[in-house]
Amino acid sequence: MSSKDRKRAVEQLQKIIELSKSIEERGKNPFAVDIDEIISTLKTHFRGWKSFEELCLDAEAVDSLSSIIKLQSDWIKDRSTYLYRDPFLLLDIIKKVSNEKITEVFLGAWHPIVELEQISAEMLLAALKYWKNLLPLDERWREPETISTQVGLVSKDELVKSRILAEKTFKDELNELWNELKHISQEIRYRDFVYKGTFAETVRRAYLTSFLITYGYAELIFHSTDAEIYIKPLQEPKGKFDSKIQNVSIPITISMEDWLKWKENKL
Amino acid sequence: MKRKTYYIGKLKSAVLLLFYKHHMKPGVKGWELKKSLGSDYPKVIQLLNNYLSVLNLEVKAVSEEAELPEKPTPEQLDKARFYVTIKGPISQREFKSSGWRIDDLAGLAVAVAHIISKGGKVPREEVENLLKEKLPEWRVGQSIERYKHTGYLLEDENGMLYLDWRSKVEIDYKTLINSLMEIKE
Repeated sequence: MSSKDRKRAVEQLQKIIELSKSIEERGKNPFAVDIDEIISTLKTHFRGWKSFEELCLDAEAVDSLSSIIKLQSDWIKDRSTYLYRDPFLLLDIIKKVSNEKITEVFLGAWHPIVELEQISAEMLLAALKYWKNLLPLDERWREPETISTQVGLVSKDELVKSRILAEKTFKDELNELWNELKHISQEIRYRDFVYKGTFAETVRRAYLTSFLITYGYAELIFHSTDAEIYIKPLQEPKGKFDSKIQNVSIPITISMEDWLKWKENKL
Repeated sequence: MKRKTYYIGKLKSAVLLLFYKHHMKPGVKGWELKKSLGSDYPKVIQLLNNYLSVLNLEVKAVSEEAELPEKPTPEQLDKARFYVTIKGPISQREFKSSGWRIDDLAGLAVAVAHIISKGGKVPREEVENLLKEKLPEWRVGQSIERYKHTGYLLEDENGMLYLDWRSKVEIDYKTLINSLMEIKE
């Protein structure tokens, strides 16, 4: 394909795309487009396209052509419905008849929505009650009062007391629990280790124990004989992940009911 | 007796829900009726319709997507919007109290009929030119804006006019087109 032919072919594709767009956007008759002729034009030029841009343009033209075919299908469907009447005939009637006659016809097909905008005595009373309890704007929009205090130093104890700082760090708490487990030295039933005098303490220990196991400070052991879970301390932590072992999550539920049962048995 | 009292209470709640405007658009969604009246709300609506028909009113369910089938499923009803509309045709005398000028309503009828005949969308200028034949030019723009504002027509960014939600609810397209065609016959 010579450069002149190529330019003309590109222009043809652009025209096809523009034509399709105008039919789609303006609602014109899609059957005004000769699909067969456009397909043969696209076929003729297709082998000559070399650059990426040319192929994209060709794809766009095919896409716009498919939209026209869809419009043609919709057009046929529309005409096959009970609503279809020749627009020109209808236009002719509309132009000929008076506004009064058109209104009369329209009134026969018009079923306006009915709405109420009425206020009842109950609604007025409720609104008055609300108004009575509503604070004036200057009170509602008042800036919150602030108390100015002198800048001073706060001790760590005071911060702990006001729950801004924790008494122990999380790591300290983990170490403490690990040492407690290590003192037992052998495996112990998970419940016997975690369950304590209060439910809050039990939950705290269960939470910390989960970290001990995840970070490799202890191991969980399942004994099929008594269907119980045991926990065993490790003298040296293994680290969080072992690439040779597949890590799995084991959910162990702690409920108030279980804890109460355990406590009763213990007592 | 208990059953009757139960439904009378539900009917009163349904009337308040359907007649009062709660959102920008009038009407209530099926799921809103279900929430307030319970899962047997279609039965309540049916009972309400019996009362309203005496007053030439009816509760109409309209789907915002496809047209509702004759026997819609509970899911389709939940998604539909329910409105109270005038049931039968309105006489010329009754129309006088509707607040519409005859020219404006004729303009709306022409615009709607033209859009229907053109398959659902028409360039705005086409409707404007059609209305200009019988309405003063300065009123045409105002009228189209009013039809848009009230939800009868919708205009897209390309200046194409479509039928909007209110046309779908209030206008019986089939009757309108057939009646217009009969004028000539």
